[in-house]
Amino acid sequence: MRNQERMHKYMMVFIGAVVSLLWIYPFYLVFVNSIKTKAGIFESTLSLPSEPTLENYPTAFGELDFALTFLNSVIITGGSIFLIVMFTSMAAYALSRRPSKTSTVIYFLFAICMLIPFQSIMIPLVSIFGAVDMLNRTGLSIMYLGLGSSLAVFLYVGAMKGIPKALDEAAIIDGCNRFQVYWHIILPMLKSTTVTVIVLNAIWFWNDYLLPSIVINKEGMYTIPLRTFYFFGEYSTQWHLALAALVIAMIPIIVLYMFLQKYIIDGISDGAVK
Amino acid sequence: MTFKNRTYWLFLLPTLLALLIVLILPFFQGVYYSFTAYNGFQVSEFVGFQNYINLLSDSQFLYSLRFTAGFSIASVIGINVIGLAFAILVTQKLGKVSTLFRTIYFMPNLIGGIILGFIWQFIFLKAFTGIADFTGLDFFRGWLSDTQTGFWGLVILFVWQMSGYIMVIYISFLNNVPKELLEAATIDGANKWQSFWRVKFPLIIPAFTVSLFLTLSNAFKVYDQNMALTAGGPFGSTEMTTMNIYDTAFKIQDMGYAQSKAIVFLIIITLISVIQLYITRKKETEL
Repeated sequence: MRNQERMHKYMMVFIGAVVSLLWIYPFYLVFVNSIKTKAGIFESTLSLPSEPTLENYPTAFGELDFALTFLNSVIITGGSIFLIVMFTSMAAYALSRRPSKTSTVIYFLFAICMLIPFQSIMIPLVSIFGAVDMLNRTGLSIMYLGLGSSLAVFLYVGAMKGIPKALDEAAIIDGCNRFQVYWHIILPMLKSTTVTVIVLNAIWFWNDYLLPSIVINKEGMYTIPLRTFYFFGEYSTQWHLALAALVIAMIPIIVLYMFLQKYIIDGISDGAVK
Repeated sequence: MTFKNRTYWLFLLPTLLALLIVLILPFFQGVYYSFTAYNGFQVSEFVGFQNYINLLSDSQFLYSLRFTAGFSIASVIGINVIGLAFAILVTQKLGKVSTLFRTIYFMPNLIGGIILGFIWQFIFLKAFTGIADFTGLDFFRGWLSDTQTGFWGLVILFVWQMSGYIMVIYISFLNNVPKELLEAATIDGANKWQSFWRVKFPLIIPAFTVSLFLTLSNAFKVYDQNMALTAGGPFGSTEMTTMNIYDTAFKIQDMGYAQSKAIVFLIIITLISVIQLYITRKKETEL
């Protein structure tokens, strides 16, 4: 019996390892070919480079204007995350602390809006924001706040149910106002929900292509997915440069994943299950 | 100690305002546009149901709906089978490697659809040709150059991307199965196979509700991957509905017509989600 169990375990580890290799093979191929010369890729895509070179990287980095592009992505993702965490937690606090018909209706409104696919509001969104000259980074962050608000409000309302109201009351008796209660007492108790909200939305905002592509039309404000897309259009026949660009574009998120792996996976799972 | 009226609305205001101008107002305006001839700058006339009538004979749009439906069905099956298999694998007591496996399987999910699409474009175009030269198998030649390989290319890309995500959901349900139940089953003489199908499986049915809902609606809304991998080609034969809507709106500038497509798209997605939730919820209570 024990032997059989050990066999079972080895079997599983073996299968898991084979599948793991298969799963990262695409990343491996992109990386290996990004350190070949143009002729090297032409010769063979599967073999290791005969003379590895890093010379594709400075060119791709420059063509992507990566320092600026990276900064744009950070500003847009960071700004939108800030808005969403601040404002949706405030809204959820109000909804959960004053149960009333109005609160139920508002909560229901958030729920219904979750069903609206982006494509069905995309055209009017552009005309509304265009009419007030807001097709820019600020406008984009406001759009993300609206589009992401439903899920974030849900998660926060759910989490606040677990915090006793007596806590608020005690603080108010001690002389805090509502905002102070929210800021100093409630928000710090919602750290794990905040992590979930940040993770879910950051992955979305960081990687989003469609919305920025119709909102941002100044080249100097392109985010990583936008710039990668245009770069690829120009260089798709020059795989050595295109692949180096893909690696550069992926590095920030892969590095972050290595450090925050546990938070990211826990955040995803909380967001989906609750 | 209730919330004062003014404070209540102040707390709600920013989010509610954003919801209003980003979703609710555009939604109603969108419904209105779908009944007009609109070029993005001005509404030239009210056309009633004409846009919707035109849709019925728009063969490219109807084709894109069928293509998207096929893509979604294939992807949902692939993602859920592989995602569940991954979840079962990493919840076996394998020690530290479990975490490593989980990390690797999840990784594609962190990268944006545009980059993933380009990665697979390279694989299908260049690496597959390399494999064909190496093995002599013609199966690996000409990928993305016709409808069929374009279709399966998109499915492979999306399954690779989403399986790790769905795995995470199944894992959290599998971990919530009470240990006592499994021990009791073992004492009663159940083998691994039986205790999975008879004990664990019924308890993770709610995971199917969540996973099917997520994968189905995500598959229907795919755009970035489609754009980067095939761009709808060859000759629009791998064009999904979202791309068809986008092109009608921003390339042809026929925004009123595009908006009527978008409304049909909304209705289809809502119907699918409601039906799917209804069926799985019913299954949940039956068990």
